Amino acid sequence: MLNLLQSLGKTTISFFERLGRASIFLKHILATIPSLFLRPSLIIAQIYSIGVLSLSIILVSGLFVGMVLGLQGYNTLVNFGATESLGMVVALSLVRELGPVLTSLLFAGRAGSALTAEIGLMKATEQLSGMEMMAVNPIKRVVAPRFVGGIISLPLLAAIFSAVGIFGGYLLVVQVLGVDSGSYWSQMQDKTDFMGDIMNGIIKSIVFGIVVTWIAVFEGYDCIPTAEGVSRATTRTVVHASLATLGLDFLLTALMFGNI
Amino acid sequence: MNDTFIKIRDVRFSRGDRWIFDGVNIDIPRGKIVAIMGPSGTGKTTLLRLIGGQLKPHAGTVEVDGKNIASLSTHDLYKVRKKMGMLFQSGALLTDINVFENVAFPLREHTKLPEALIHHLVLMKLQAVGLRGAKYLMPSELSGGMARRVALARALVFDPVMIMYDEPFTGQDPISMGVLVHLIRSINDALGLTSIIVSHDVQETAQIADLIYVISNGKVVSHGTPDEMKNSESAWVKQFINGESDGPVPFHYPAPDYKQELLGEVAC
Repeated sequence: MLNLLQSLGKTTISFFERLGRASIFLKHILATIPSLFLRPSLIIAQIYSIGVLSLSIILVSGLFVGMVLGLQGYNTLVNFGATESLGMVVALSLVRELGPVLTSLLFAGRAGSALTAEIGLMKATEQLSGMEMMAVNPIKRVVAPRFVGGIISLPLLAAIFSAVGIFGGYLLVVQVLGVDSGSYWSQMQDKTDFMGDIMNGIIKSIVFGIVVTWIAVFEGYDCIPTAEGVSRATTRTVVHASLATLGLDFLLTALMFGNI
Repeated sequence: MNDTFIKIRDVRFSRGDRWIFDGVNIDIPRGKIVAIMGPSGTGKTTLLRLIGGQLKPHAGTVEVDGKNIASLSTHDLYKVRKKMGMLFQSGALLTDINVFENVAFPLREHTKLPEALIHHLVLMKLQAVGLRGAKYLMPSELSGGMARRVALARALVFDPVMIMYDEPFTGQDPISMGVLVHLIRSINDALGLTSIIVSHDVQETAQIADLIYVISNGKVVSHGTPDEMKNSESAWVKQFINGESDGPVPFHYPAPDYKQELLGEVAC
């Protein structure tokens, strides 16, 4: 019992110690961001590496998720003769929830893990130390552009995911299952509110972008500079970023749409 | 002008329970080449990191050009580092850019020089280390020795007043080794640099060093000119310079008795 309490205490202290270090790290990143905008090429390069190179997985996933939503929705709504509502069902599911959440999960797996591994390996091969000795702040030169690039990329990827998902739903529901095209689009337009649905989805994706990228760059920068250390940090990024996404999604959904 | 460029006083530094330095005093004169030698794991690279301000001593002071490194703000530390060049043991080249861009990196970060001038400066430094022809190769295409020569070109490109070499001769073929030895000496004399070389290569280092410090067990065990060290009566120095296995410098990391451990009489 005593050992259990001791272990629980140790884990709790370790958790808050890491959270504290991550917060100080975030403060250092934020302090360098204003000067970063004087060198937009650094951010653009990261948007390409983090965002553009993640496009294929987002496009394919969005298409299939939209088609699955359409199919599942059709199978349920056809019993009630309400298949004309499918446009609304697909759009709201994607814009409010699945777009931001699934993009964030995919982003953590594809770009977050890559960010951690890249920064961790730079640390292990003394590239970050080398920069420090050249009087170049690695947080400003390496971490901050990736952090900003991630925050810009994720909401854009989430928007693309939702758009492609809606198109995937259209392909299946209208083109394959024969639901009326006019109903699909008009129901969607009528029932989707810009401020209530789309803006909330955008806010979610921005929050996820900040948290997932923060976890990824921190894990890379804070890792033990060995092969095993980088490997563990990469795993932690995917696990923590995914859990943070799902936990925050519940919190944000409760605040935005819930009556809690 | 003070003739001592780097002054290390009573420095103590530990990693975990092990004291790497336990009261180290070193004076590095301005414009000279000083070699820091000692067995593996004795903290030579750590000493360079203390001088560069990447580590802080637990006690004592490290002064570079009259400034106590540990007490400087980040901004002031970076100003001092602009005057330092450091050649890392691994080279520490940025792996996502080619050789030319690696050497140009400090210039692009700290200056707004025109591209043509950057091009000329980079080629001059690459020519000096014999790798002008490798300017478009990526770091992954270089051997360890070549990577260190590129790193040397990068360390020199910003014309530092002081340069720290961490094992510059490791992995060099005999021709490159000879060129590097002369290059370090001639750069030092031509530019009036202060150089610190951390190395195991006794003969090569002794050829060019003005002063040698031998460190062991967290302390400076001896120091003097290369000739003084060769003729030293100190058992520590003799063992290290002549590469003898028997002497006061232990070859083995501290461990329980070998026989007892083999017989299982030592608790794990």
